[in-house]
Amino acid sequence: MIRFIAMRLLQTIPVVWVIITATFFMIRFVPGGPFTAERAVTPEIMRNLEAHYGLNRPLYRQYLDYCGSILRGDLGPSFKYPTRTVNEIIAEKLPVSAELGALSLCVALGLGLPLGVLAAVKRNTWIDYVCSSFAMVGICIPTFVMGPLLILLFAIRLGWFNASGWYGPIDRVLPSVTLGMVYAAYVARLTRGGMLEVLSQDYIRTARAKGASEARIILKHALRGGLTPVVSFLGPAIAGVVTGSFVIETIFQIPGIGREFVNSAFNRDYTLVLGTVVLYAGFIIGMNLVVDVVQVWMNPKLKFE
Amino acid sequence: MKTDETERGHSLWSDAWHRLRSNRLAILGGVLLILLAVACAGGPLFSQSYEEQNLDLGAVPPCAQHWLGTDTLGRDLLARILYGGRISIMVGLVATFVALAIGVTYGAVAGFIGGKVDAVMMRIVDILYALPFAIFVILLMVFFGRNIFLLFFAIGAVEWLTMARIVRGQVMSIKRMEFIEAARALGLGRRRIIFKHLIPNALGPVIVYTTLTIPAVMLLEAFLSFLGLGVQAPMSSWGVLIKDGSEKMEEYWWLLVFPGALFSTTLFSLNFLGDGLRDALDVRASKD
Amino acid sequence: MMIPRLPRLAALLGALALLAGCAKTDPASAEAAHGRRPQVLRYGNTNEPQDIDPQVVQGTPEDHVIKALFEGLLTADPKDLHPIPGLARSWEVSRDGLTYTFHLRENLRWSDGSPITTDDFLLSWKRMISPRLASEYAYLIYNFVAGAKDYYDGRITDFSKVGFKATGPLTLQVTLINRTPYLLSIIANHYAWNIVPIKVLLRYGALDERSTPWTRLGNFVGNGPFMLKEWIPQERIVVVRNPQYWDAASVKLDEIDFFPTEDLAAEERMFRAGQLDRTQEIPISKIDAYKHEHPELLHIDPYLGIYFYRCNVTRPPLNDKRVRRALALGIDRESLIRNVTRGDERPAYAVSYPGDAGYTPRARLTGTLDDARRLLEEAGYPGGAGLAPIQLLYNTQANNKQIAEAIQEMWRKNLGVASELINQEWKVYLDSQHTHSFQMERAAWVADYPDPHVFLEIWETGNGNNDTLWSNAEYDRLLHSALSAKDDATRYEIYQRLDAILVDELPVIPIFYYTRPYLMSPKIRGYWPNPLDNHPFKDIYLED
Repeated sequence: MIRFIAMRLLQTIPVVWVIITATFFMIRFVPGGPFTAERAVTPEIMRNLEAHYGLNRPLYRQYLDYCGSILRGDLGPSFKYPTRTVNEIIAEKLPVSAELGALSLCVALGLGLPLGVLAAVKRNTWIDYVCSSFAMVGICIPTFVMGPLLILLFAIRLGWFNASGWYGPIDRVLPSVTLGMVYAAYVARLTRGGMLEVLSQDYIRTARAKGASEARIILKHALRGGLTPVVSFLGPAIAGVVTGSFVIETIFQIPGIGREFVNSAFNRDYTLVLGTVVLYAGFIIGMNLVVDVVQVWMNPKLKFE
Repeated sequence: MKTDETERGHSLWSDAWHRLRSNRLAILGGVLLILLAVACAGGPLFSQSYEEQNLDLGAVPPCAQHWLGTDTLGRDLLARILYGGRISIMVGLVATFVALAIGVTYGAVAGFIGGKVDAVMMRIVDILYALPFAIFVILLMVFFGRNIFLLFFAIGAVEWLTMARIVRGQVMSIKRMEFIEAARALGLGRRRIIFKHLIPNALGPVIVYTTLTIPAVMLLEAFLSFLGLGVQAPMSSWGVLIKDGSEKMEEYWWLLVFPGALFSTTLFSLNFLGDGLRDALDVRASKD
Repeated sequence: MMIPRLPRLAALLGALALLAGCAKTDPASAEAAHGRRPQVLRYGNTNEPQDIDPQVVQGTPEDHVIKALFEGLLTADPKDLHPIPGLARSWEVSRDGLTYTFHLRENLRWSDGSPITTDDFLLSWKRMISPRLASEYAYLIYNFVAGAKDYYDGRITDFSKVGFKATGPLTLQVTLINRTPYLLSIIANHYAWNIVPIKVLLRYGALDERSTPWTRLGNFVGNGPFMLKEWIPQERIVVVRNPQYWDAASVKLDEIDFFPTEDLAAEERMFRAGQLDRTQEIPISKIDAYKHEHPELLHIDPYLGIYFYRCNVTRPPLNDKRVRRALALGIDRESLIRNVTRGDERPAYAVSYPGDAGYTPRARLTGTLDDARRLLEEAGYPGGAGLAPIQLLYNTQANNKQIAEAIQEMWRKNLGVASELINQEWKVYLDSQHTHSFQMERAAWVADYPDPHVFLEIWETGNGNNDTLWSNAEYDRLLHSALSAKDDATRYEIYQRLDAILVDELPVIPIFYYTRPYLMSPKIRGYWPNPLDNHPFKDIYLED
């Protein structure tokens, strides 16, 4: 296993390099730049601005300089907020999104796993229908509908919460519930599907025949195999939820990094786009590695390759 | 011993069809979907215009003249929902199909072959995950203009990734099972094993994830219309209707509730049908 | 047994968290003053400010924070925005209008206690027109001050040749190229002429170095009625009263909290939940609800801007001014405002803003739908036949879409003209505009300072904000002559002729003049509506 992990970490380097290069050139070819504004800037001022940011140098030179600074761990100053560095912005906002993501995951797993398992075990009974339907609420009602609904009800009508902001522990509740419900739906449905695959297999029948209790069968034997699709899904899902949700952060005015992913692209903030992309890439690669390891651990028949 | 009827091998698919037919909830789901599709395809021929405005009327709740009410420009909501349904259903189905076709094949091949090929293929998936989607779409529009096929491509291009990973996971856990070993022992070619034996048995979670992808695609289309790709005003789609309705839900509740209700109905129907399909294709479940 | 423990643990943690944070924390961070309750204004500020250095920013959110932290030579009267003394207690203008002399107050100080000297003024203005700084508003100095453009272009390198001089320890003299009647208006309303703390700046970089850390919390020094206390990006900026401000005694607010409320709907919810005292705007769909149920909270002030459709006059059929006129007449502006925008805007039949610094255009777009149809026929498109669909571009935003849809339908029903709506994301839309790759687009122009010149100067041939590719030699000539007019009356007559040309040629189709609908708590006093949305914070206070 150590060898496997080491090999994967080694493969990370070319992957990240390709991502950085592709993104770097992609954002340069998109129309509009960081200084494109409604009030047109005069050509002289534009020349000076570009000189200050080094945008008047040949593109390959800018690219090489950027690669050099990345190797030093310096993601550069933001174009949109020039007195802040990208490192700083990420360091301030990532913990916020990560906290929101972790809490949402707790909601998602805490709600989705039991609902999915129950639905699978009691397949095609009314318990199954209720559990499945309840789980689906998260997808039926998109976040940009559920968020404002919850705020209107609990914050404005009942006054239990702030309408927005991320000041105290109580402000964590509404956003993480809203975000968690969506993932809960996926978790529940995928768990149910995966469990059904496994529950009908021979080794389960054997365990039953041997007299094992239903609970023991589910928890000791079925879950490991049944959770395979959920685990596959959770890899990129965790990376996504930890790097923040643009919609949730906008509705609840949360100072997280999720907003910056989208806003930096719309602002053509070159360095922040690259910084967030690198960050997200790191999470994706890391989580996919974890998922692969977990899947081998869960299914003894698999081997590291 | 009778000669014709005994030991006639039942193919996987005919077994599945039989089982599906007896699952009432799945049939209900399928029927609802067909009704919706028919309503969206044919309904607009009989309903009012979806684009005719009545500015002085503005947004009114359901009434005799407008069964589902009107939007802020005085356009009949029922007509707009039916018209929008055409777009959403088409986008949902086509884009998901694209994602499915690419994702399933890719994931199955990677999972089955394993080793270095799998490593390269999955690293490519990692790379595509990380690229910024909004920028990618804007670039596509710069190079290819704005047309509907680009919409399918853009959506499909991002949805196949998770599908591939799920399929790969499934295939990797199935491929060591006895029936695959048996197929290999029989000398069956790789392509046949992948397409005739592996994929059908990995389909369960794929079907479930597909039924989850279609609504996600419909909402993603609303984000893409924000970027300028997708339906042109005055045409609309369910995603856009829901998004617009959510901004006005306190004042004009019908603008959110009706498109949302149809959207949810589609979702539930898809899920029941999907569950039915999944059950029907599950070879092992039937033996009890 | 791993799985069941996880939900239980999560539930326990959740319950603890709820108990611990049970009281809603009030985002205002003011400590209770002894006896008197603290006066804290909570202000919705749309976007996170890019920076608070007045010489490198361009936007309105930055403007609001800068107005709290800085003051210039002049400030604006809260009721009608006319220039009143700021750091300068008095001033004189020479007879020919080319020399301004400002007399500073005594004992002016920065918020760190150090004295404000004439050097601060001279070096700030030098910084503003330093090419290396690349300030976007440098033209608000170099268009007017003698020698400034030469200095900016590098033709002269000696700053003493530029028209700024200190003729005494408290006296400044500014020499202009032309008589510029609105100069005082610019100085009073716009931050381009603000000064910055030179000694503090120089600690962090050269004078003309851009984006040094001098504006960060802890380094920052200002001279306005408030000083910076807290800055959490994307969460809030807190400013508190500045005891070093020369007029600190008349400042009534203790603190202002600026919140970057990007999302309009979220901002309205914050206001309703009692977290904000004033929003920047309000979602259109809520205007009627507030008009009926809480009219005391809703304010609709005129706003010095115009919403129009810009034509690319080189692209047929828009190169024919009869077609442009027909399209302009085919819009029912009253219906649009009454039913779609709902903000009590004023329909626009000319380009200049009526009542802007006392100027109202007499020219007016007049005509009926029949006239419009006749024009189309004359142009060769009877009943709209033969006309390729007009491609109408707009940036993605709910309001623009509704307006475009309504106008599309008006053209179709009234004129038989088909159009195609194209929406683009903001920067792509701007790029299309500046590269002239559009046929007709939605546009807006908002004034930086109250003077009719603002709305007319952009239509000059080749102006960076023209983008219509329309060029009219007579217009250019008249525009230039306005700058050397001997008094305002003469100048305004020239503007009347310019407006007449615009209404005749219609390179742009005016639609409506903006208003600003927003929500404000009735506790706010010392606040008067004005079309620039400029409300000096030193006059504002809260009272139940």
